[in-house]
Amino acid sequence: MTTTTLAQVRPSRQAATGAFVALLARDLAVLLKTIRAFLLRTIMQPLLFVFVFTYVFPKIGQRITGDFSTLIVPGVVAIAVIFQGIQAVALPLVQDFGYTREIEDRVMAPLPVWGVALEKMASGAVQGILAAAVVFPLAAFIPVSTVHLHVNWPILLTVVPLAAYLSAALGLFVGTRTAPQQVPLLFSVIVIPITFLGATYYPWGALKAIPWLKWAVLVNPLVYMSEGFRQALAPQRLHMNLAMIYLALIAYSALLTWAGLSGFRKRVLA
Amino acid sequence: MPATDPADDRVVIQTQGLTKVYPGDLTAVDQLDLAVRQGEIFGLLGPNGAGKTTTVGMLTTRVIPTSGRAEVGGIDVVAHPTEAKQVIGVVSQTNTLDRSLNVWENLYYHGRYFGMSAKASRAAAAEHLERFRLADRAHADTATLSGGMAQRLMVARSILHRPQILFLDEPTAGLDPQSRIALWEILGELHAAGQTILLTTHYMEEAEQLSSRVAIMDHGRLLALDTPDALKASVEADTVVKVTTDGDAAALALHLERMEGVASVNVIDGTVNVNLKGTGRGVLPRVVEHADRGGFAISDLSMREPSLETVFISLTGKDLRD
Ligand SMILES: Nc1ncnc2c1ncn2[C@@H]1O[C@H](COP(=O)(O)OP(=O)(O)O)[C@@H](O)[C@H]1O
Ligand SMILES: [Mg+2]
Repeated sequence: MTTTTLAQVRPSRQAATGAFVALLARDLAVLLKTIRAFLLRTIMQPLLFVFVFTYVFPKIGQRITGDFSTLIVPGVVAIAVIFQGIQAVALPLVQDFGYTREIEDRVMAPLPVWGVALEKMASGAVQGILAAAVVFPLAAFIPVSTVHLHVNWPILLTVVPLAAYLSAALGLFVGTRTAPQQVPLLFSVIVIPITFLGATYYPWGALKAIPWLKWAVLVNPLVYMSEGFRQALAPQRLHMNLAMIYLALIAYSALLTWAGLSGFRKRVLA
Repeated sequence: MPATDPADDRVVIQTQGLTKVYPGDLTAVDQLDLAVRQGEIFGLLGPNGAGKTTTVGMLTTRVIPTSGRAEVGGIDVVAHPTEAKQVIGVVSQTNTLDRSLNVWENLYYHGRYFGMSAKASRAAAAEHLERFRLADRAHADTATLSGGMAQRLMVARSILHRPQILFLDEPTAGLDPQSRIALWEILGELHAAGQTILLTTHYMEEAEQLSSRVAIMDHGRLLALDTPDALKASVEADTVVKVTTDGDAAALALHLERMEGVASVNVIDGTVNVNLKGTGRGVLPRVVEHADRGGFAISDLSMREPSLETVFISLTGKDLRD
């Protein structure tokens, strides 16, 4: 073997930035490799939603108005985005920490441990944005009854990345705190309640009929995602105040980022 | 030749009073002082639970020391982990290959993480696939690799970014004998090329075969540190005779201790280990005769040269497999 010339030690910021970008490139390469699985897991649920609520119901004479379909589309997009947080970030982490420990290799890359976690969130957020981009046309154009969407682009283009980031941060938080054997429980105790009580099938304002629930669901971050999408796609309904939506999305992102990073650090360092 | 290069006296791994206490007051590493020189293969030998992985974990930024200092390549691992990670390569105890990537991609992306250009990383990946005889598996799923191949890929990956120091934590545990020898050859070649290596193991043959110097550890403490030959010489015996008796092993041990030329005696798992001066044919009959005089019936008898195991036993009174 030839004698090796040793690599130079680069300043930590430069090394960390390079490693971060390379980790992101690795995640995107893996996403491209598994793009069919990504599409399948992203499309299946929204497709069934749209099919049942906007095609089957009208056909079988369930009293559902065009407005109702319109209200559902934002919820469907929100669910698709939050699912990416679970599927692209949380579940792989649970597996990594639980069995494979392959995260240990990426932790040896020259960047701080929190940088590795941040990269996981960034790549999860990219997948959330992709999911929204895939699901939105699906939900908007497939339904048989008219969907009255009025796209407010400034809101849509800010809420989508915020929601995608929040979902990835939620994924990091959940992924660092769940043991592999708890995954089925994760779905029944967290994912399903979040989606059913996330103002997805009804606008949050409609809960005024059940005041206690109206306030209780405010702990659910999905509520703000759904309401944000609703503001962006179907205005003039019983919507939540826009400032409150942004504030809550940002506050939840910050909180979950902090909790996720500290959870990640605890799992990776001894 | 690394051995004649004056720069090789440079210390590239240094610890001072390095200590790790895990939650629950478990002291895994206790006041460890080490200095590893450039170009050495340094062996950290000790039984399971000795604190080897914790030591490597601290030196590779994964375990935060409770107290003490640790430097790799002159960089403090606690204060500057991002810099420290650039000068080290790590093969951990478990398989940490990226299962979502194929064999070639595992190498290529590793190079990218460490700041190599796409072109340089591609070239390095190709070179290392050849060097580690994995070229025909370049596009294979890592899950399809045998244990030996996976280990070669881990080593290839760990040195791809040309680290100054390579850490291997129990690199041959669980490998078949053939793969183990193949890995020893690889490490020998890396050593010949001037690579500094810190290796942990609980196989004394491995420490003995590969290491320039060996540190013997138990319960988080450093018990001895020297070249394998010097460590073996410290036992002050030329031969180890293992004696099994149907009778009282402890009593036999006491009896044999009084035999002429005996340096020390230990009882391990009911077998009496006698470390004594002298070699060759005369040794066994002398032991048998002496035992006979004491009225002990011997049921099994063997002799061997002192090994690092002998050293470990004489230091701790137990064997490495405990
Ligand atoms: N993360 C941890 N938390 C608590 N105790 C640990 C942890 N890792 C190792 N230990 C304990 O520290 C001691 C040393 O372990 P380790 O460094 O793995 O030894 P070795 O690698 O020599 O087998 C053991 O008693 C082990 O149980
Ligand atoms: Mg170990």
